[in-house]
Amino acid sequence: MTSVEALVASAATEAERLNAEGARIMQICNACRYCEGYCAVFPAMERRLEFDAASLAYLSNLCHHCGACFYACQYAPPHEFAVNVPRVFAQIRRQTYEDYAWPRAFAAAYRSNGTVVALSLAAGLALFLALAVAVGGGLTGARAGSFYAVFPHGLMVAIFGASFLFAIVAMAIGALRFRAVINRGQIPRSADKNDRDRSAIVAAMTLENLKGGGEGCYVRAGFDHPPERLRRTFHHFTVYGFLLCFASTTLATVYHYAFNTPAPYAFTHPVVLLGTLGGIGLVIGPAGLLWLKRRHDSVVLDESQAAMDSGFTWLLLATSVTGLALLALRDTSAMPLLLAIHLGVVLALFITLPYGKFVHGIYRYLALSHSQREKPGTAVASE
Amino acid sequence: MNPQVIVAGGGNAALCAAITAREAGASVLMLEASPKAWRGGNSQHTRNCRCAHDAPEDVLTEAYPEAEYWEDLQRVTAGRTNEALARMTLRESMRLRPWMRKHGVVFQPSLGGTLHLSRTNAFFLGGGKALVNAYYRSAAALGIEVRYDTEAIDVEMSGGRFDAVVVRSQGKTERLPAKAFVAAAGGFESNLDWLRDAWGPRADNFVVRGTAFNKGVLLKAMLDRGIKSIGDPIQGHAVAVDGRSPKYDGGIVTRLDSVPLGIVVNQEAKRFYDEGEDFWPKRYAVWGRFVANQPGQVAYSIIDAKPAGRFMPPVFTGQKADTIEALAVKLGLDPAGLVRTVAEFNAAVRPGTFDHTRLDDCRTEGLTPPKTHWAQRIDTPPFVGYPLRPGITFTYLGLEVDSAAHVFDAEGRAIPNLFCAGEMMAGNVLGQGYLAGIGMTIGSVFGRIAGASAAQAAKGTA
Repeated sequence: MTSVEALVASAATEAERLNAEGARIMQICNACRYCEGYCAVFPAMERRLEFDAASLAYLSNLCHHCGACFYACQYAPPHEFAVNVPRVFAQIRRQTYEDYAWPRAFAAAYRSNGTVVALSLAAGLALFLALAVAVGGGLTGARAGSFYAVFPHGLMVAIFGASFLFAIVAMAIGALRFRAVINRGQIPRSADKNDRDRSAIVAAMTLENLKGGGEGCYVRAGFDHPPERLRRTFHHFTVYGFLLCFASTTLATVYHYAFNTPAPYAFTHPVVLLGTLGGIGLVIGPAGLLWLKRRHDSVVLDESQAAMDSGFTWLLLATSVTGLALLALRDTSAMPLLLAIHLGVVLALFITLPYGKFVHGIYRYLALSHSQREKPGTAVASE
Repeated sequence: MNPQVIVAGGGNAALCAAITAREAGASVLMLEASPKAWRGGNSQHTRNCRCAHDAPEDVLTEAYPEAEYWEDLQRVTAGRTNEALARMTLRESMRLRPWMRKHGVVFQPSLGGTLHLSRTNAFFLGGGKALVNAYYRSAAALGIEVRYDTEAIDVEMSGGRFDAVVVRSQGKTERLPAKAFVAAAGGFESNLDWLRDAWGPRADNFVVRGTAFNKGVLLKAMLDRGIKSIGDPIQGHAVAVDGRSPKYDGGIVTRLDSVPLGIVVNQEAKRFYDEGEDFWPKRYAVWGRFVANQPGQVAYSIIDAKPAGRFMPPVFTGQKADTIEALAVKLGLDPAGLVRTVAEFNAAVRPGTFDHTRLDDCRTEGLTPPKTHWAQRIDTPPFVGYPLRPGITFTYLGLEVDSAAHVFDAEGRAIPNLFCAGEMMAGNVLGQGYLAGIGMTIGSVFGRIAGASAAQAAKGTA
């Protein structure tokens, strides 16, 4: 380790420093292996002898940051080995989000001040849209929930379609870059699909790697608090809320074009039901996650990532709150203004998707999928 | 208000005693000598406990009957064990896991690289520190008071009974009376002076694998008060570890598994023992002693490129060189001497089929000492060397106990309200040698017994 320590000291850039620290810690963990039962990270680590940048990008994105390995660690500070896997992996993850983002400069700007950027972008866009509405025909006055009387349907499709397409392209480029890097790994991949005991999709959708090996997830500071399941629960509300909202929008598109039935829809309409349920999930989930974040033990956190995390979560919360408000008040004179605010928030969400916390879902899924394909039984062992 | 039961110690045995006493209705105070961040003694570095079972059970495969466990114990201790206490411990090991689970311990199948233990040893999810954390949470929920940075340094006795424990905390001494007392404060392995007394100057080159807080202060005080001892001060669990390990708390990662795949030389660049005698997990505990008996208490494991990936990756990167001479220079050995030793070894290697997963037929001929398995020529650069030192895990000198965990006074009478558990009495079962995971079994079994006995004594029904 002396050579690795020297590397840590001499690492020129922040990324090199993080990778050197990650390699130093993994070398200790790989000689210990007590945490093997917690999640997919440690079995994947055991399939390796060396921890280069590609391996660390992969392992750090496989980490779900449950914290269990830190509290169980006999080498955590004040031990001189100072092992803190959740924190160094959070730092390396943040670096990968930035390294693989397209264009990179956007990510760097966003990282430095995510919450402010996200919320001011949302506010700015909402203001701009509100002004456009004001100029075009007035911000007040009930229009019987007729959104397209405020913003013509074609205009909305053009704006949102373009920004969504941009987000998709940017994230796809990031995902391809990341996949190319982790595929450089040293481990032979299994050709036999039966080797995958559970699919990566199941692992992603159940967050089984956030279970702390069955104990739960460590959120609150210190060793005296039992692990809990709340974080996983709030994350499920968020993900499934998001998916329901997405389903609602997709269904609305089908109704609009296939059945020629444009919005607004009745409260009992499937589009509105899906959107309402999703919206409620997207209130409970992000609000819960933001609340947990405040209690989170700072020792395992990457402080520089907090702003980026929160920016995305706040935008999700703002999206659901403004969406539900719009639904509730769509027949009142507040509708045009609420619509402008909601659309501004959603637009900000779309534009910042590729540069914020949202991408963790993509990279983590790719890492999970990779770990399912790595041949089991290639662990290096003493016998 | 004074607690009814005081438990000295903060590791597995102390926690088992405190929880059991509290659940039996006694009020309990625990005294942990370390600060909170270092609590748990050597238990933080453990990873499993050895449990008998008659059929596959949860994380344990096949069967490990009590009779086989007993045979294993007799073999490693060469009969230096108290049969009644040992058999009771092995029998009780069958019943441990439900109790441990109830108090928050989670088990997992044996770890990668430890398949040889999947039948005998139940692994703790996350290792011993996770177990310790779970027990402390249990203790807090039960209303057990824990004082950290508080070291039990003596016991006060009168009329053949325990009266009070003397503690030192932040430089101040204090007398804490209680109705019953459990001594579970560990061995003396981190007391370098005591180690030197037992081992001579050799001890200065030992590494302590575990906690820095097992100074044996309470053990010494109790022995000085005439409480009956058991065991030999030079017996203990000592293994060969990487010579670059921290002085304390290096734990599991400092072990070096390359030994059977190459040769081991001493400071004089000479081999001194058969590296291929048996599988490393069965031998590494005795290699601590072999290295302790070499000049300077240091040795060097030397391999070539062939074994890479065939042993658990070491925590410290080895010294690497493209020639044996260059490696010798890096290791501080005489280059000519090492070249000669390697050449003699290479010349003695007989052809065979190398298989590190079994006792293969690769051996030397006409070499002293021989290498009886896994002998392959050391001829493929890069050559890698790792320094080895003796690493002491825990000591066996302790207090004699009976089956209720009572200790005995100088006249051989059981003291009715003074009990002992864990490393402080492990020597009753382990006169010498070691079986992986039996330390935690002894600590858990006797911790629970001592806790129950102490609660009973405190309530005056003893």
